[in-house]
Amino acid sequence: MTTGSLTAGRTRLRLPRRQIPVLATLALLLVMYGIGVSQYQAFSNVQVIFNVFIDNGFLLVVAVGMTFVILTGGIDLSVGSVVAMTAMVSASLLQQGLPAALVLVIALLIGPTLGLLMGCAIHFFDIQPFIVTLAGMFFARGMCTFISGSSIPITDGFWTRMSQERIGDPRGNFVSISVLIAFAVVVVAAYTLAYTRLGRNVHAIGGNPQSALLMGLPVGRTRIAVYTISGLCSAIGGILLSFYTLSGAPLIGVGMELDVIAAVVIGGTVLTGGSGYVFGTVLGVLVLGVIQTLITFDGSLNSWWTKIVIGGLLFAFILLQRLIGIRYK
Amino acid sequence: MTDSRPVLTMTGISKSFPGVRALHDVNFRLFPGEVHALMGENGAGKSTLIKVLTGVYDTDEGAITLDGAPVSFSGPMQATAAGVSTVYQEVNLCTNLSVAENIFIGREPRLLGAVRWGEVRRRARALLARLDLDLDVSAPLGSYSLAIQQMVAIARAIDIQARVLILDEPTSSLDAGEVAQLFRIMRQLRDEGIAILFVTHFLDQVYEIADRITVLRNGGLVGEYPTIELPQLSLVEKMIGKELDVLEGIEEHSRRDLAAVEEGTPLVAVSNLGRAGAVEPFSLTIHAGEVVGLAGLLGSGRTEVARLLFGADRADGGQVAVNGEPSGLRTPAQAIDRGIGFCSENRRAEGIVADLSVRENLILAMQAARGWLRPIPRRRQDELVEKYIKALSIRPADPEVPVRNLSGGNQQKVLLARWLITEPRLLILDEPTRGIDIGAKTEIQKLVTQLSDGGMAVLFISAELEEVLRLSHKVAVMRDRQMVAQLANDDSLDADRVMQTIASGTHREEADR
Repeated sequence: MTTGSLTAGRTRLRLPRRQIPVLATLALLLVMYGIGVSQYQAFSNVQVIFNVFIDNGFLLVVAVGMTFVILTGGIDLSVGSVVAMTAMVSASLLQQGLPAALVLVIALLIGPTLGLLMGCAIHFFDIQPFIVTLAGMFFARGMCTFISGSSIPITDGFWTRMSQERIGDPRGNFVSISVLIAFAVVVVAAYTLAYTRLGRNVHAIGGNPQSALLMGLPVGRTRIAVYTISGLCSAIGGILLSFYTLSGAPLIGVGMELDVIAAVVIGGTVLTGGSGYVFGTVLGVLVLGVIQTLITFDGSLNSWWTKIVIGGLLFAFILLQRLIGIRYK
Repeated sequence: MTDSRPVLTMTGISKSFPGVRALHDVNFRLFPGEVHALMGENGAGKSTLIKVLTGVYDTDEGAITLDGAPVSFSGPMQATAAGVSTVYQEVNLCTNLSVAENIFIGREPRLLGAVRWGEVRRRARALLARLDLDLDVSAPLGSYSLAIQQMVAIARAIDIQARVLILDEPTSSLDAGEVAQLFRIMRQLRDEGIAILFVTHFLDQVYEIADRITVLRNGGLVGEYPTIELPQLSLVEKMIGKELDVLEGIEEHSRRDLAAVEEGTPLVAVSNLGRAGAVEPFSLTIHAGEVVGLAGLLGSGRTEVARLLFGADRADGGQVAVNGEPSGLRTPAQAIDRGIGFCSENRRAEGIVADLSVRENLILAMQAARGWLRPIPRRRQDELVEKYIKALSIRPADPEVPVRNLSGGNQQKVLLARWLITEPRLLILDEPTRGIDIGAKTEIQKLVTQLSDGGMAVLFISAELEEVLRLSHKVAVMRDRQMVAQLANDDSLDADRVMQTIASGTHREEADR
């Protein structure tokens, strides 16, 4: 029964199958952009792309946090409410006259703290992330209306400057500061996932938590960390949203968690964990943004078509993941 | 070669689980630079002892010392850090990560907190070269076979400056060439002064590699012996604790008469059944009372044949006739309906329900066959369960113990009994004896013979040729996902000829028998 050398022991051809979902998303994005350019003259304007980033910067940041969570095989339903709560807290504190720097610090601490608590509940009490973060979602949404039942406008100088500052080229194309912040978050996250132990442990846990434990990896600490990171990203997203709207509204971002999950999955991250890229998430957010832009350009379509298209795409991408079999044994 | 001072001692170790006393006052010691085999039947306590040693379980009583100092590990992580590394039977790595990353994750070379991937890959290549493996270290681990994954697990274990290396049944999914390679590595590590604790069920392997043997039985220590002072027969006697007449009962049944069973309409007749990418179209007949052995290397398509027959995978083409009537067999439910049972090789994932009791597991398939609206009366359940626990000597003989607390061999018996209760006409057994001890193995072999004498047809899949030859009326040989031959098990057939067929793929002319 001797088979000799083991060098040819590969059982399957090596395809870049881990990259296929991301490539599919990229192709989809290019096709949609192509459709836009061919249908509407103004679509080829660079500012159209910039506007997609300006309108979705906060979504991108939140989606990056969600990517960490989904990579471990978890889910975070609280993000939309945490975004709203962060904006509400900021608006309310500014209204009471606190200095902008202090408000920023406080607002940026609330999200991660809630994330940390949820991560601890998930790890120490071994509760499903779905239910823990659902509780977090209700809690944070409740806090919004507790702070104020109606929208609070922001008139603070720093906030309005961040909102109105345009960074552009001589031809008049521009982005907002929020876009730069979002890009910074993307770069830091991509680096963390690819080059740090924390990032690699995230992948390992998503691949096989039992094995990760037996390999001596800090599974619990990493789990708690990803929910904290997601909380931090939601807090940053909340600040960016308050820059964008210059207000805090108790009912803003309802259902945002689902958009975010859709963007991450369309971006090629597998819901069961272990496989995905931050770059894919960027593409996923862009796909959502470009769909909205196309519908705006058309003008005659109801905005609910966005949801219908996203629904179809999400289904198609989950099927794709299944078909190319990202489930290694 | 052995030092006078043991690197590791375990004294007076006891451990109980609800309903099961797994270990009772066990002593064990390990010297640097030796390969020490831990032997015992399933349920003897080998796995528990290892888990106690590596801190997966707490001890109820007893003490462990490493280099003379008392230790108590809180988990595998701490054990590993102290130099006690374990490679498990089931590969515990992450298949979604690359080979290199699997070796180094948790202790990657870094520069200012950033993993140095070039360095990781370079060191992984060097380490694998030491083990004589030439792999693409940046490919996902999941793209390699289980055997390779096992080797990668060992590479990971030895990179952690291990002084004690525990190999828990590392060879159960390896073929002979791979085992030889593993042994070469083990000798190399032993000569470097590492103490190796080796658990296996293959007696030949123990005599090939081990310097000393510790035997456990029913959670207790039988003794510790130098390998050269313990003949193979005495080892088996010490393991099963009774004289070894069990094996002989089977030998009489060897050389079974094919002509006698192969008459009339075959129970199952398969023609040109196949599935692209899994197994080439094959034809096969199985008669009532016939045992058909399916031989071939790992990955040659044995399991795929079984899954097609059971309807677990859908065939692309070909026909199956049961008792002369064409049947679809598109789903397991249809197969079960026509009297086909399938014991999967992957008992943990596809067979037993670990949280349910022995009784509930046994009744499962029968209840499914009756439909959920007609519960089986409790008294009838108890009768059946008692009968099969006795018939297969399932230990512990307590129907209410959760199956998770049983050893591997006894779990296998529970799975087998579950199908036997439904009284199938064709029972497909995929590696029913892998990873279980010689006593249980013999019992299962005996049972197969009895069942076929009683008129049940059996498709018996095993990597062990002796076992296949001992039980089968005819042997179908798989090679590269093709059924290359069907050989009548007459006097002219021996392991060498089957091996030749596996190796060369000849004997095609006999395929139509």
